[in-house]
Amino acid sequence: MDFTFSEEQQMMAAALRELATDLCSSQALRAEFGADHSAAEARWQRLAELGLFGVLAPPDAGGMGLADADFVLLAEEAGRAALPEPLVEQAALAVPLLVELANEPAAAQLLPRLASGEARVAVAHEQNPYASVPPALTHWLLCCTDALILAGAEEVEAIPGRSVDAGRRLAEPRLRPARGRRLADGDGARAAARRLLNRGAVHTAARCLGVAERLLELASAYAKERVQFGRPIGANQAIKHHLASVAVKLEFARAVVYAAVTRVDGDDARTLAAVSHAKLAASAAADLAARTAIQVHGAMGYSWEVDLHFYMKHAWALGGSWGDHNFHARRLQSLLCGGALTLGPDQTFARSAQRDVR
Amino acid sequence: MALNLQFTPEQRRFRTEVREWMGAHVPKMPLKTLESEAGFAQHRQWERTLASGNWGMITWPREFGGRGANLIDWLIFEEEYYRAAAPLRVNQNGIFLLGPTLMEFGTPAQKARYLPQMAAGEEIWAQAWSEPQSGSDLAALRATAVREGDSYVLRGHKIWSSRAAFADWAFGIFRTDPSAERHRGLSFILVPLRHPGVRVRGIRQIHGEPGFAEIFFEDARVPLDHRLGEEGAGWQIAMATAGFERGLMLRSPARFQMAAQRLVQLWRRCADAADPALVGAVAQAWMDAEAYALNTYRTASRLMAGGTIGVEASLNKIFWSELDLDLHRTAMALLGARAELLPRGDASETDDWLEGFIFSLAGPIYAGTNEIQRNLIAERLLGLPRAQG
Repeated sequence: MDFTFSEEQQMMAAALRELATDLCSSQALRAEFGADHSAAEARWQRLAELGLFGVLAPPDAGGMGLADADFVLLAEEAGRAALPEPLVEQAALAVPLLVELANEPAAAQLLPRLASGEARVAVAHEQNPYASVPPALTHWLLCCTDALILAGAEEVEAIPGRSVDAGRRLAEPRLRPARGRRLADGDGARAAARRLLNRGAVHTAARCLGVAERLLELASAYAKERVQFGRPIGANQAIKHHLASVAVKLEFARAVVYAAVTRVDGDDARTLAAVSHAKLAASAAADLAARTAIQVHGAMGYSWEVDLHFYMKHAWALGGSWGDHNFHARRLQSLLCGGALTLGPDQTFARSAQRDVR
Repeated sequence: MALNLQFTPEQRRFRTEVREWMGAHVPKMPLKTLESEAGFAQHRQWERTLASGNWGMITWPREFGGRGANLIDWLIFEEEYYRAAAPLRVNQNGIFLLGPTLMEFGTPAQKARYLPQMAAGEEIWAQAWSEPQSGSDLAALRATAVREGDSYVLRGHKIWSSRAAFADWAFGIFRTDPSAERHRGLSFILVPLRHPGVRVRGIRQIHGEPGFAEIFFEDARVPLDHRLGEEGAGWQIAMATAGFERGLMLRSPARFQMAAQRLVQLWRRCADAADPALVGAVAQAWMDAEAYALNTYRTASRLMAGGTIGVEASLNKIFWSELDLDLHRTAMALLGARAELLPRGDASETDDWLEGFIFSLAGPIYAGTNEIQRNLIAERLLGLPRAQG
């Protein structure tokens, strides 16, 4: 039982924080919000140079061979920076999925190209209908009702969507009939879809932690700097208490997300509850952070000129991705109140001796 | 291995050992409330039973009556303790607050004198911080300890002292240098409560029992070796004690996890008639109890790796006190018309909820109000300016 992160895990996160500070500068995000997406390709390549797409791929596919838990701090950094590109979807969702399906030749062939960042995938799931699309998309991974399909970009008709978080390029896929390869069918496809959702929800939760932290920092900095009635507004308890409440919500979402990431390969009731809990807790923290940050900034926060809205919109977008509040709240309520979940203080870390649901 | 959330075989064995002992020793009938004289005596007896199994305070060194267990073991112990519905710890002021303070600031003689007696359940402690004019603003306190020869002479009036109505000892801070300002000139002193010049008067709480008390010191004389730490260092020591109070040990996650489990069961019985929106509140209570447990394991891991606990203690105190209040408010809402019923003396389901609800109202107030905790978080964690004045 050890809830701390290793030095290596922390060093990787620090490296991404440094890179993302450069890649997602105020200027870079402002360009995205000005509909100038020309820096996306360069950003993708810089992420690839750091080896980030291969963190969870095995060494023989050119990756680092690490585990889901090794990615959670990286996802947090992506959220903190409001990174527009779907690093998390490719590196922490698509790659582990293909690793699990590597006995399928099509999956095995694509894996090294995804791990290097050369191939670019968008991932669609019932609970993530508006997929985040990388620059120069080459592939789609589609979780359909009873099939998991890998398709070339040209094989899928996709309706583009615009996000309030302007850097996120969205697409709603429509598979052309009889196109793509079926990587899994029936029960296998459904199990893969559940694990994909586990990973999508937990790593999106981690992104929520990151963006919540950033919003809290921005609001705290503004509260120290903005002077009214002869003193910084942050000297007022009304402001202090709002920001302290954000700090509490954020702090108590962290352990939930970190615990959930250690069990994303599970399929038992406790795992599904832990995953939904992680998404709910972290998105609630990001939502409160956003709501509080704009209030603390006053009219300044409502203006396009101030960077705050980049992060606030990123928080909003993440909140509805990989299972929105309605989905996760209802799933958790039904596991909890319907009796599928074994309760008790000795059950927090219990592993799948429990029966699978569904 | 980092972020490894599985128990070791030793930890699993330890859980089994605790479970078996509790199964054999926890009283079958619930004890009377520890806020009553009879209940207090029953709880004192339970502390002795615990000590007979060497379970008094397992994280303490063996020489002081502990087992030298680490914090993860302590969490496992607490989980099994609450699973077994074992009684509340009447000596929590001693074992969770004064104990760690003594461990850090006490002389070898003081540790040997007080800790084993605490672990054995022989001496029950109360705290004596607040005064009528000094609550959240603790540094405004006026009670004095004047040095006369080899004694301190204590004068003043302490109030809201939990457990003091029936406890044996109290610890608190007194002004040893009346000329010094506020935080300076205070000393941390241990006082027997059944002692010449010490008068204790119970205060009825809103549930009707004397859960706390006021203590009048009327020229009460205690030897100099009843002072903990240096003369004038009382404030720093008291803040360390307050940190322990808000920190890891005072409120076990298992306590809230058990309450959340009972709330889910209550929901299942009431669901047909209940406002469907309440299912969200039930789920939130369960999630918050789990989050508190997970975060406590995270903090324990950090402390075992050499970390310290600072302003996190304030985050903790807000989280558990508000989750406890919300959880009980949800239970009251589910009970509806039945919520107001006082216990009938049988084991009807409303009994615990009403008492628990009333107790949960105190959480955001004691151990430093949540308003004070939010100030501390804003100033020490977020770096916002201190309030003037």
